[in-house]
Amino acid sequence: MLDTYNIGVLFKRELNSYFATPIAYVFIVIFLFLSGIFTFYLGNFFANGQADLRAFFTYHPWLYLFLIPALSMRLWAEERKTGTIELLLTLPISVIEAVLGKFLAAWVFTGIALLLTFPMWITVNYLGSPDNSVIFSGYLGSWLMAGGFLAIGSCVSAMTKNQVVAFVITAVVSLLFILSGLPMVLDFFSGWAPQLLVNAISSFSFLSHFNAITKGVIDLRDLVYFLSLIAFWLFAATLIIETKKAD
Amino acid sequence: MVEIENLKKRFGPFTAVQDVSFEVKKGEVLGFLGPNGAGKSTTMKMITGFLTPTAGRVNVAGFDIETEPQEVKRRIGYLPEGAPAYPDMTPLEFLDFIAQIRGYQGKEKQQRIDKTIEQINLQSVLNQSIETLSKGFKRRVGLAQAILHDPEVLIMDEPTDGLDPNQKHEVRSLIQSMAAEKVIILSTHILEEVDAVCSRAIIIANGRVVADGTPENLEARAPLHNAVTLTLNAEQSQAASIRQQLLSLKDVKKLEKLEESDNNLRYRLVPERRCSIISEVSKLSHAQNWSVAELHVAKGRLDDVFRQITT
Repeated sequence: MLDTYNIGVLFKRELNSYFATPIAYVFIVIFLFLSGIFTFYLGNFFANGQADLRAFFTYHPWLYLFLIPALSMRLWAEERKTGTIELLLTLPISVIEAVLGKFLAAWVFTGIALLLTFPMWITVNYLGSPDNSVIFSGYLGSWLMAGGFLAIGSCVSAMTKNQVVAFVITAVVSLLFILSGLPMVLDFFSGWAPQLLVNAISSFSFLSHFNAITKGVIDLRDLVYFLSLIAFWLFAATLIIETKKAD
Repeated sequence: MVEIENLKKRFGPFTAVQDVSFEVKKGEVLGFLGPNGAGKSTTMKMITGFLTPTAGRVNVAGFDIETEPQEVKRRIGYLPEGAPAYPDMTPLEFLDFIAQIRGYQGKEKQQRIDKTIEQINLQSVLNQSIETLSKGFKRRVGLAQAILHDPEVLIMDEPTDGLDPNQKHEVRSLIQSMAAEKVIILSTHILEEVDAVCSRAIIIANGRVVADGTPENLEARAPLHNAVTLTLNAEQSQAASIRQQLLSLKDVKKLEKLEESDNNLRYRLVPERRCSIISEVSKLSHAQNWSVAELHVAKGRLDDVFRQITT
C-alpha cells in the first residue's frame, strides 16, 4: 500500500525546497550559532573540564522547542494556504505517502543541521579522549527527539492554514512533552489521578528518554518510545488530512 | 468514460452539491456553467478525488473513486482553480516533479517534459521561479502539469480565468486540439467560451443540474430565440393595420413596438414555442409590398438562458 517511490519523489522535492528558499540557511546558521552559545556559555563546556558533549546535548530539547516548530509549521499549512494541497492530493499519491515524504524530508534536514555540528565533536576529540560511542548515542537521541517534535509539528500544521497558529500550538504541545516528566506537570495530576496515569504521563517525557539515550545507553524502550511517538503523530496527521482536505 | 451518479456534498449544515448526475464520453468537451457557489468546483473536486462525496458515485474509465482512487487519479489531469503550483520551484523543476510522481523516469520523462513545454509554449520562463511569473504563465504551468501525462480525462476549473484575449485564444485552441482524444470537463463563467470550445454544456444552480445539452440546444431555450425584428419604411398611419397583419400570422405570439415614428416602424415579433417565423414574415412583407429596411432573426443567447434558469 505504501509506495516508496512516491515517498522518495516527494521527499526529494521537499528537501530541495528547503535549500531553494532561505529556510535551510537561516535554520542551520541559527541552530549552529545557538547550540554553540548554549554549550560554551550556559553549559560551561570548558569549566566542566570533561571530554564529553553533555553540555552540548543538554540544551537540545530547548533549542528544538522553538526551532522545530518554525520548520514544521509550513509543512501542511503552506500547502493549504497556496492551494497546492489540492494539486498534491489529486496526484496519484496517497495521503500517508505525502505525510511520510514531507516528514522524512524535514527529519533528514534536521539531521543535516545536526551533522554540521561536527566541529564540536572534533573539538572535544582534540581536547581529550571522549567516549565516542556516548557521543554517537547523543546524536542519535537528539535526532530521534527532533523527529518527535517534527511529527507533532506535522500533525498541528495539518490542522490549519495559518502558519503562526501552527507554530504556537506546536511549541506548546512540545513543551508539554518536554515537561511531562517534571514536577510542575506531574504535581498537577498526582493529587487526583491514579498513580498509573501519573506514571504514564511521566513516561511520555522527552527529557527522560532523551537523557537516557545521551548517557550512552541505547535502550530499546527509548527507541521504541520515540519511533512510536512519531508513528502516532504522523498517523494522526494522515487522519486529519484525510477528513479535512479542503480548508 | 466519466460517470457521475447522484453526487452529493454537504459541508456541515450547508449542502454545496445536492444531486448531480451525468455521463461524459470520449471526444466530448463538457462546459460546466453556473453562478458562483453553484457547486461547480465542489463537483470537480469530487471527481478528481480531492473531496469525498457525502453520497453518490464517481466512476472514471471503469474505476470507482472511492475504492480505487489511485487508478482514477492516474487517468485524470486536473487544473485546480487558480492553478496552484509550488512558488519556489521553476516550471522546469515543477514539471520534473510532476513527471516523476506520474511515474516517468529517464528518457521517457525527458520526452514528456519537452513535449509539454512545446505544447504550452513555456520555453521562455523555464528557469524562472514560479512566484515571479505573470498570471498567464502561471496558468500555463498549471495546464502543463495537467496534460503532461496525456490523461484520458482532463478536468479544468476556470482554465482561462484572468487571461488576456490572446492567451484565452491559445488555451482554447489547445483544448480543441486535444478534444477528440479525451474527455474534457471545464468550468467557466465566460459563456462565449462554451460556444467556442464545448460540445456540451451543463448548467448547475444550487447544487443541481438545471440544464444539459449542446450549446445550440440551450440557446434555443432563450426566451427570444427565433424572435424576428422587422423595420419598415412606412407611414405611421399604416402602423395599426401592419401590426394587425403581423399579429395574425401563424405562430406569432406577441408583437413588441420598438419604435413607431414616421417612415420608421420597428417591431419585434416573438414566436410561439420559439419556432421559426421568419419565412412567414418575409412572405407577408413581400405580398404586401412593404419596404423592408431590416429583417433579422435573433438567435437565443446563452447569457439569457443562463439568467433565465439560474435566477
